[in-house]
Amino acid sequence: MTVALALTVGVLYAVGTWLLLQRTLSRIILGLAMLTHGANLLLLLAGGRAGRPPLTGDAGAGGYADPLPQALALTAVVITFGTTVFLLALAYRSFAVTSSDEVQDDVEDRRVTRLGGGEEP
Amino acid sequence: MRFLLTLPVVLPLAGAGISMAIARHPWAQRVLGLAVTTAVLGVSLWLLVVVDQQGPMATQLGGWPAPIGISFVADRLSAVLVAVAAAMSLAVLVFAIGQGAAVGAAVVFHPVYLILAAGVSAAFLTGDLFTLFVSFEVMLTASYVLISLGARPEQLRATMTYVVVSLTASMLFLTALGLVYAATGTVNMADLADRLGALPGGVRLAVGLLLLVVFGVKAAIFPLFPWLPDAYPTAASPVTAIFAGLLTKVGVYAIIRTETLLLGGDGTPAWLLLAVAAATMLVGILGAVVQDDMKRILSFNIVSHVGFMLFGLGLFSLAGLAGAIFYVVHHVVVQTSLFLVEGLVEQEEGSGALHSVGGLLDRTPLLALLFGLPALSLAGVPPFSGFVAKLALVEAGLAGGRGLVVAVSLAASLLTLLSMGRIWGSLFWRTPAGHAVAAVHGGEEPETAELRVPRSLAAMRAATAALVILGLAVALFARPLYGFSERAAADLLRPGVYRTAVLGR
Repeated sequence: MTVALALTVGVLYAVGTWLLLQRTLSRIILGLAMLTHGANLLLLLAGGRAGRPPLTGDAGAGGYADPLPQALALTAVVITFGTTVFLLALAYRSFAVTSSDEVQDDVEDRRVTRLGGGEEP
Repeated sequence: MRFLLTLPVVLPLAGAGISMAIARHPWAQRVLGLAVTTAVLGVSLWLLVVVDQQGPMATQLGGWPAPIGISFVADRLSAVLVAVAAAMSLAVLVFAIGQGAAVGAAVVFHPVYLILAAGVSAAFLTGDLFTLFVSFEVMLTASYVLISLGARPEQLRATMTYVVVSLTASMLFLTALGLVYAATGTVNMADLADRLGALPGGVRLAVGLLLLVVFGVKAAIFPLFPWLPDAYPTAASPVTAIFAGLLTKVGVYAIIRTETLLLGGDGTPAWLLLAVAAATMLVGILGAVVQDDMKRILSFNIVSHVGFMLFGLGLFSLAGLAGAIFYVVHHVVVQTSLFLVEGLVEQEEGSGALHSVGGLLDRTPLLALLFGLPALSLAGVPPFSGFVAKLALVEAGLAGGRGLVVAVSLAASLLTLLSMGRIWGSLFWRTPAGHAVAAVHGGEEPETAELRVPRSLAAMRAATAALVILGLAVALFARPLYGFSERAAADLLRPGVYRTAVLGR
């Protein structure tokens, strides 16, 4: 069980990193989402074995699941949800302005292109 | 006195909520913003005095004892940073309100600005690693909104990079949290300090390096800084000023806190910190020297000066840490005032591009004074605060036998003077160029269009002058301030004090 989850975390991180290194904004956002899922799953894994819900009854020591990582993961989910929505809005706005989904060159990139005699895109 | 601990966070958060509700009355929003930031400044100065007299104090949210509950802790380092941050928030808010157009007019500006202030205070005061993550997110999410206010295409591009880099760092932070919890079973920093010590060296090194990378992105240290000079200059001047003063310093604070309290100085090798510090100083300032835009020059300067703070930490001696703390206080004040001056220049000239400005010495001699004093201080010319801060670091470096890094820091100071000299030469000594005059009288550059007439130029100048005078005061009261920094550094080197305050044992 834990091995399978650990492998899932690894795959999510790998896919997320790969997508993050792409040039299109939509893929970058998807990559960040993958990374987020990986990190949240890792938080859950950090809590150790699964157990009974720590709400009622008496399962004795070690019988309950550790609630803290779940609370942490829940907080992280809420935060990343908000920022992902902001990022999507930003990407849409950027698409509306430049009509392209690609990351634009920054000021230094453009300067280097100019110095090298190339044409500005 | 414990209620003081949460007020710098609660006040601005409550203020932000009310500010959002009264969005239809811009004047009420402005009054509320000023009232809240003034109150936070008062509370944090009070906190500073109390903490300096009685030593570190802590409070547990919801009454759950640590390490179960969330602790808020103020030791001398936290208290002084909260106070300085509050002073900057107030001054920059006055400046933004005076500028009126662009950011000051947006309905969301005031609530989001207060949320940013709350996030910064929370990051300094929290005694819980996960709450530090949440504070970072609160602060950064507010900064995403502030940096993209106006939504010019160039801003959108820079904001995108800024947000993606910040979020990636946040996900690494979350990963580090997961690993730390898996290894120790706690996220309370005082408790972690005990438990991390019992872990094998390899695990400690991994945790230390991961946290260094995470906070290094936020603090803009050497290989992780390129997002900063790209993103900061695109925002409106008051926004850049508050970012420059506070955001990177939160990263620096987090690095100092983790290296001293959590890892006790052997988390990451000292040579690594010193090498990164030297590279940050040098690469940052070399970037500044070749830029043409005033905001970009100042932004590269932030990077370079973060290196100085890291240098003090890397020495890991009382003198080094005291120097680093003094440097942070000095740099926050000076760098913020320089960015406010840049805002005044933009107001005057319509742009901060060095090739299109000139002749300001005759038109506004006051501006020359306001720029000259902090610029000399930034470069470390005696008798300003920068000189005191650099002297402390150089002496600590020589005492620690790190001559090479000291040499690099002196070279970086000299280059800082050069970069400030270039700004001075273009702004004040050159006769006004023809197109600069055109820019003033109805120029068509994108920045000009949104500046228009300020609501109150006097308020903008007063805010800038207040910070410049505060910078001079840092130099004037250098002796008591350095004494304070030494006491703060001594606290950091004896993590037991912090643990006792939080855990009560």
